[in-house]
Amino acid sequence: MTPSKFYTVRKKVTNAVMMSLTFVATLIAIIPLVFIFYYTISKGITYLNLDFFIQMPKPVGESGGGMANAIVGTLILIGLGGTIGIPVGIMTGTYLSEFGNNKFASVVRFLTDVLSGIPSIVVGVVAYTLIVVPMKKFSALAGGVALGILMIPTITRTTEEMIKLVPHSIREAGLALGIPKWKTTIRIVLRTAWKGIATGILLGLSRAAGETAPLLFTALGNRFWSTKIMEPMASLTVYIYDYAKAPFEDWNQQAWTAALVLILLISILSLTFRIITRSKYKTN
Amino acid sequence: MEVKISVKNLEAYYGKNKVLKNVSLDIPKNKVLAVIGPSGCGKSTFLRCLNRMHEVVGGTITGSIMLDGEDLTKGDPVLLRKRLGMVFQKPNPFPTMSIFNNVAAGLKLNGVRSKKILTPVVEKCLKQAALWDEVKDNLDDSGANISGGQQQRLCIARTLAVDPEVILMDEPASALDPISTTKIEDLIFELKKNYTIVIVTHNMQQAARVSDYTAFFYLGELIEFDTTTKIFTSPAKKQTEDYVRGRFG
Repeated sequence: MTPSKFYTVRKKVTNAVMMSLTFVATLIAIIPLVFIFYYTISKGITYLNLDFFIQMPKPVGESGGGMANAIVGTLILIGLGGTIGIPVGIMTGTYLSEFGNNKFASVVRFLTDVLSGIPSIVVGVVAYTLIVVPMKKFSALAGGVALGILMIPTITRTTEEMIKLVPHSIREAGLALGIPKWKTTIRIVLRTAWKGIATGILLGLSRAAGETAPLLFTALGNRFWSTKIMEPMASLTVYIYDYAKAPFEDWNQQAWTAALVLILLISILSLTFRIITRSKYKTN
Repeated sequence: MEVKISVKNLEAYYGKNKVLKNVSLDIPKNKVLAVIGPSGCGKSTFLRCLNRMHEVVGGTITGSIMLDGEDLTKGDPVLLRKRLGMVFQKPNPFPTMSIFNNVAAGLKLNGVRSKKILTPVVEKCLKQAALWDEVKDNLDDSGANISGGQQQRLCIARTLAVDPEVILMDEPASALDPISTTKIEDLIFELKKNYTIVIVTHNMQQAARVSDYTAFFYLGELIEFDTTTKIFTSPAKKQTEDYVRGRFG
């Protein structure tokens, strides 16, 4: 039985309407991104020069200068965070997907979801209480711990989901070859899921790089050059926060530049990850 | 007939659900045993009991399975699986590994690193699996980018590389086209000179073509076990006759 002409036309019209709706929705989703890029680039470009990357901040009243300490600080802070968040996240995710068929794992899964919903400033308070207070000083370490905690849920859940996508037949193939389960998990399953896990790591790192609140009372900020993890450390986000609310025109301008540099930093990080995790093989 | 594996009173369960009932069977050495029967009759479970893959999915068994007089149901399943290789229904090469590394995986992940040892093994196994001529110039390509039939032969080569005594095949050709199927069947014929082979199949013609002995399972029970000629020409049980004549199943 062939459908009547009326239905064929109606199907075509519905199809066209739905297509345009999804297209419009996509446009709406992109607009904020375009604005962010437009403003950050147009306002930030003024101070974007070599000095910004290699010079230290100038005292109030002096023009020029850069944020070398904050750029390096942000890199160190997300490095510290990653050192904590990446291994914990990957291992938890692996546990949840490979051995997580029990009550304990359900609880962990639930708590991970709760953790991902906790405001970052609360995580900052925790790091402050656990590290800053007993040590009696603000430190990059405390900031790194706060960022690490913030990365854990993203990396855990992505790892779990990506490992679950690895077909069961691949695990069976490994086990049937007489490869122990732990080795099958690490060398075959994790490797197969690696690309997806890397995306999770990247998301975690990018989120951490953009955090300000948890750093305010952990790493604090620093107007001077410091790479010591037991000392307060400068970061781009805290500089953006300080400079944007300062009553000096050139500081406001530099805040825009710091924002631009942060976006560039995350883009470079993202690109590097894509290149590192690019498959050796062409996919067909 | 020399016995390789002797199965006695084997019962297999998934939770409380009994899927194999009191199966006793002697698997002859250097022959091909075909296991046939309708879907859900327990033939795959039987195969997976032999290399203890049944317990990977949470199953349990009772009874004994002796391999050359050694009880397989006891001891470390990891060590035993090297002696009973398995080829699965759907080809499952490791997608992130090259063709070379797929074949070498069993050895590499068990600590053999030297290229000097691996290279000749990989070549030998790919030749045994009748795949060498097709892939010898692309050993570094992904194991997942070759055709389905080639992938299945790659999986057979991977199984051979750990030097098993028995090869278990779970419908190895059911996902393949007729030409690839013929290649796999020819391969089984070659391999039985050196290995004991147990093949589960839905395809009656295939069982008749490749096997020396046939076991017919129905509803978790072993109904009949005899030489393939006997099973397909004058089976002792009515159920077997009905099944091989295509009257049910």
